[in-house]
Amino acid sequence: MRLCNDGAGVFVDLQADSPYINQMHNSMYCRLPVLSLTPFNPVKGEARFFALRLPRPAGPAWTRWRPGQFVMLRPDSFGLELPWGRPFCICHVTDGCLICFFQVLGRGTSRMAALKQGDMVSLWGPLGNGFAVEEDNPTLLLAGGMGVAPFVGYVNTHPKPWNVSMLFGHREAQECYPVNNINEFIPLDCWLECGPDDLRHFVDAVRVRMSECASCGGLVLACGPTPFLRAVRDLALELEVRTQLSLESLMACGVGACLGCAAITTPAWPTPEKRGRPVQICRQGPVFWADQIEL
Amino acid sequence: MGTELSVTLRGQTHDLVLKNPVLTASGTFGYGLEFAPYGDLKSLGGLVVKGLSLRPRDGNPCPRIVETPAGMLNAVGLQNDGVENFCAEKLPLLPWRETAVIVNIYASSVDEFARLAQRLDCERGVAALEINVSCPNVAQGGALFGQDASLAAAVTTAVRKAAPSKHIMVKLSPNVTDIVRIAQSVENAGADSVSCINTLQGMALDLRSRRPVLGNVMGGLSGPAIKPVALRCVWQVARAVRIPVVGVGGIINPVDALEFILAGAYAIQVGTGSFMRPDCAFALAAKLPAVCAEYGVESLDDLRATLTMD
Repeated sequence: MRLCNDGAGVFVDLQADSPYINQMHNSMYCRLPVLSLTPFNPVKGEARFFALRLPRPAGPAWTRWRPGQFVMLRPDSFGLELPWGRPFCICHVTDGCLICFFQVLGRGTSRMAALKQGDMVSLWGPLGNGFAVEEDNPTLLLAGGMGVAPFVGYVNTHPKPWNVSMLFGHREAQECYPVNNINEFIPLDCWLECGPDDLRHFVDAVRVRMSECASCGGLVLACGPTPFLRAVRDLALELEVRTQLSLESLMACGVGACLGCAAITTPAWPTPEKRGRPVQICRQGPVFWADQIEL
Repeated sequence: MGTELSVTLRGQTHDLVLKNPVLTASGTFGYGLEFAPYGDLKSLGGLVVKGLSLRPRDGNPCPRIVETPAGMLNAVGLQNDGVENFCAEKLPLLPWRETAVIVNIYASSVDEFARLAQRLDCERGVAALEINVSCPNVAQGGALFGQDASLAAAVTTAVRKAAPSKHIMVKLSPNVTDIVRIAQSVENAGADSVSCINTLQGMALDLRSRRPVLGNVMGGLSGPAIKPVALRCVWQVARAVRIPVVGVGGIINPVDALEFILAGAYAIQVGTGSFMRPDCAFALAAKLPAVCAEYGVESLDDLRATLTMD
């Protein structure tokens, strides 16, 4: 494979069918070669958790990316058979690379698990709004399983990480998740769920920590499966603590066109004409204030 | 590389001049602005914006979309902000002086179609109306109008009368026994052009839960999977009507586009392709001259409807 930098810092594969080369500089769409795919696999058997590294895309949008934003990824290997890209939160962006973290769950992620170095991936982003950053305010991060991914970037880019702490509930071994990097910056409290009692204890711990946060006027940010977010939302409303939730959704386009990812707003939504109506998770979210959307 | 790409859809009342034959399909390109970060909207022949109704609509419950082999089903149900919001907030931001803005319209009665058309007739930023008589995802109207030749004609006549200054395109449903009959009936009712095809009605099931995947149970199939059906419809319709046909269904690259022109289309619309890569329509338009040269196509007029049968 021959790779060249097209001037905007976007790597293009010269051997690829030329329609795939995007001539537009500053476009938020680019094609990138896989730098590496790292399995996070503590036990024997097929790896199901992966960190995917791609070259950091060029363009002004990537100097302004925010933790909580996402990208759409579509490997060439999807062919015609899987027409949609897949949304992934941005795990972290370093000087040289963009890191996404994924778990093998369906057809798309199964194919992504077979990616090799140099395989080409279409990427568009950064998309969506991202989490609030209140650097002087105590900030509690609540992660459920894969929901830990955007917080890697969050703690790495937070100006005052000593104000941030995290509670992490997970069902697989801790080594399956990219938490080592978080541990270096902030206090990390991990809860492994094996049975129903563990889940209850975790939710109790979440309640205690959210109450503390409420009493000091802090900020809560949550990311994880929808049932987990629902529990966090209920606590947020009960304890009256300012809470943002990063929603997960099926998406075809990621840019607000397919209208597949609708969330219904509450009467607390800021613009009156949209209250009680659908908004797009990809554009108005994926991060929402807990009191402003139904879940 | 010198292929002339501009096309004129010669209608019975109004022509529609396009700088190139590449349009976007309604419901896959938002109001156009969503795709501005991925290409120059002005480089397209035209934008067909998301279906508008007289009042805002919330659409159907989720899940509204599901990926299927080489395609997708959608049952969005025409969620939109309504015609007034479009005219006030979206249209002024679109490059309508440089590229044709075509507004897809949906209503649940002939009278409502007429009121919607009348409202848009005075908007000089709107080049044409595409009548949606083929949406499979709404309880009232939608495909019902497009599956009945006399109803389709009645809607066309009403819109023609209510929007005398606009080019009127009618989007046909493939979910009919004889698409040619519907096409001829809207032609006789005054349509300036027809676009073929809207989505094919379909379903996806979840065996484990024994439930339909879509909240609306049924949805419309689009994407490369339906391209053969769309080509067939365009070919049948183009031979049977005098008004221009716009091809739509599974078009993702210049070769697909030229195949539709070979089958008789004057222009094409890129739909689900914009989900496969958001610059699909831009890339197609940019690449079209080179692919024309590669296939020895000197002008689209020379290629159009030249399918050799023996």
